[in-house]
Amino acid sequence: MLQSFIQNIFNALQWGSFYSLIALGYCLVYGVLLLINFAHGDIFMVGAYIAFYVCMTLLGKFGLIPGMPGWLVLALAVPLTMMLTAVVGVTLERVAYRPLRRKGVNRLYVVITALMCGLILEHANLALLGASRRSFPTLISTSVFSFAGVNVTNLKIGVILVAVLAFLFLRFVVVKTKIGMAMRAISYDRFAVPLMGIPADNVIVFTFVLGSGFAGLAGLLFAMTYPVLDPYMGALIGWKAFIAAVVGGIGSIRGAFAGGFLLGFVEIMVVAFFPSTFRDLIAFTILLLILSVKPTGLFGVARRTKI
Amino acid sequence: MKHYTIPALLVLLLAALVAVSMTGAMNVYWQSVLMFMGINIILSSSLNIINGNMGEFSCGHAGFMAVGAYVSSVLSVLLFADGSVFGDALLPPQLAVFLFPVVLGLGGIAAALVGLLVAVPSFRTRGDYLAIITIAAAYIVKSTIENINAIGGARGFMGMSKVTAAMNTTAELPWMIIWVFVGTIFSIWLIRRFIFSTLGNGVNAVCQDEIAAEIMSVNTNRVKLTAFMISCGLAGVAGGLFAHVLGYVNPGSFTILKSTEVMVMVYLGGMGSLSGSVLSAVLITLLMEALRPLQIIKWVVIPLILVLLMQFRPEGIMGNRELADIFPGLKKFYRMKG
Repeated sequence: MLQSFIQNIFNALQWGSFYSLIALGYCLVYGVLLLINFAHGDIFMVGAYIAFYVCMTLLGKFGLIPGMPGWLVLALAVPLTMMLTAVVGVTLERVAYRPLRRKGVNRLYVVITALMCGLILEHANLALLGASRRSFPTLISTSVFSFAGVNVTNLKIGVILVAVLAFLFLRFVVVKTKIGMAMRAISYDRFAVPLMGIPADNVIVFTFVLGSGFAGLAGLLFAMTYPVLDPYMGALIGWKAFIAAVVGGIGSIRGAFAGGFLLGFVEIMVVAFFPSTFRDLIAFTILLLILSVKPTGLFGVARRTKI
Repeated sequence: MKHYTIPALLVLLLAALVAVSMTGAMNVYWQSVLMFMGINIILSSSLNIINGNMGEFSCGHAGFMAVGAYVSSVLSVLLFADGSVFGDALLPPQLAVFLFPVVLGLGGIAAALVGLLVAVPSFRTRGDYLAIITIAAAYIVKSTIENINAIGGARGFMGMSKVTAAMNTTAELPWMIIWVFVGTIFSIWLIRRFIFSTLGNGVNAVCQDEIAAEIMSVNTNRVKLTAFMISCGLAGVAGGLFAHVLGYVNPGSFTILKSTEVMVMVYLGGMGSLSGSVLSAVLITLLMEALRPLQIIKWVVIPLILVLLMQFRPEGIMGNRELADIFPGLKKFYRMKG
């Protein structure tokens, strides 16, 4: 009983790590622009596909370059995937969001644009690459550590570690660095910031680079853990990660991180003790209850509306 | 006399529709396109109350549609269809025609009650948080349906075609076309009455400034509650019609993609414009059919249209104007702000 409980905790930590990594991206963009970047889940999906093509190329499967050993491929794939996914995220910002921001239109229109961009990414992928699922190559051989009857794979530990490191890194960037201060300043007052000589557009681009980069990393890790890719993989997990970010208190890095793990725990525990079809039902009911008790989320601070 | 022009025209239109579909002048394909057009009109004009007039962002309209679809289908199959699911029909099939609106209405009421799930949290939160609550509510509805095995779970629920067949025992008419038509006109009438009422002005006031509205003695909680319940209830009616037109429902039809489709219609038509939503529902339905040969690319083209729309004409086709504001001549035929 205890063993299976601990086993489930490890599973939940891993599952929560994916939610956290995606939720962090949502939260960064929301924190700076107050924009729900609904396309973020699909950027995660694009990240997984980019990781697939990067790894296949590096492994020499396409015959462009001689194959490399798995560990080297992984070491190269992480930065390459993050960079290429960041390019996708920034392109989205430049093409779709920035012109709208320049015009100063209602925030809702930007949200709708984001939603539609997500749909475009999904279906363009489906149209270009076809509906056949792709299986991700194995990069590193799985080794299982077992102690006291609990089995933990090296991949699982890696995923959890990456999520924690990503959280610490982002928190460091936002709290301690100069550009993080600029990000918080834009969130606080978007109109005063350019007057203070802060290049607002550059800071926003940097935010998108960070958010999309970590979505790409999440995509790579997800593809390594569950090695089947399909174009709709990002949609559901993206929506759920977003809900997790809101429950944590959107706009707070800590909240997004905690919310992701909370959702992971709830889902894994529901699956462990109930039929697995109840997962969404119970998870969302719990989240809805949390939100109705504390509408600003666990770590969120209510913005006071001045009259 | 002019007050009767529109009702008379509508009756004529309905008679013409029935005539052409009975004589076979209009084939089954076009009949179904017209029926889906009607359902889409109900959906988009009802979502327009929340997303347009009230300025909220609800992305869970498909969930309420699912509630209406399932409640009314289960009731109608239970009452009028001899089937394997619930055994023999409880009522004679001759009653099907007369009780069908009641069944639809009950589906709508059930959806409106589920709408409370969203309306009550909306008293305290707005904007992004409310968007999440609507998404979560839609997921909860879908997931609940998937877990009830008595109504088919994820496999779906069927038997509604027997109900439509039962209606034909009273008179051989294309009943579903009639019901969709009546439902569409009823919804538009109801929404018009609501929006131009005192309560409807309250909805617009909440959109512009909730705090100011509250100070001006608008009971914002009551306004939100009514708006959400009417909108969700009409979505339920649309769902009921959808289920009976298809003769089959499954939870997979009520995903976030369906909600997105309805949102596209609302924003294409213009936020807060009833005639805009009707117009864009018609346009989008035709566009969907026209783009059908493109298959999956259709779902690239439609979002792209909306993205371009947001860039170059973010207020949609009509803005927040009504048809009568653009063609003042129309005002003669129906009272404004009644």
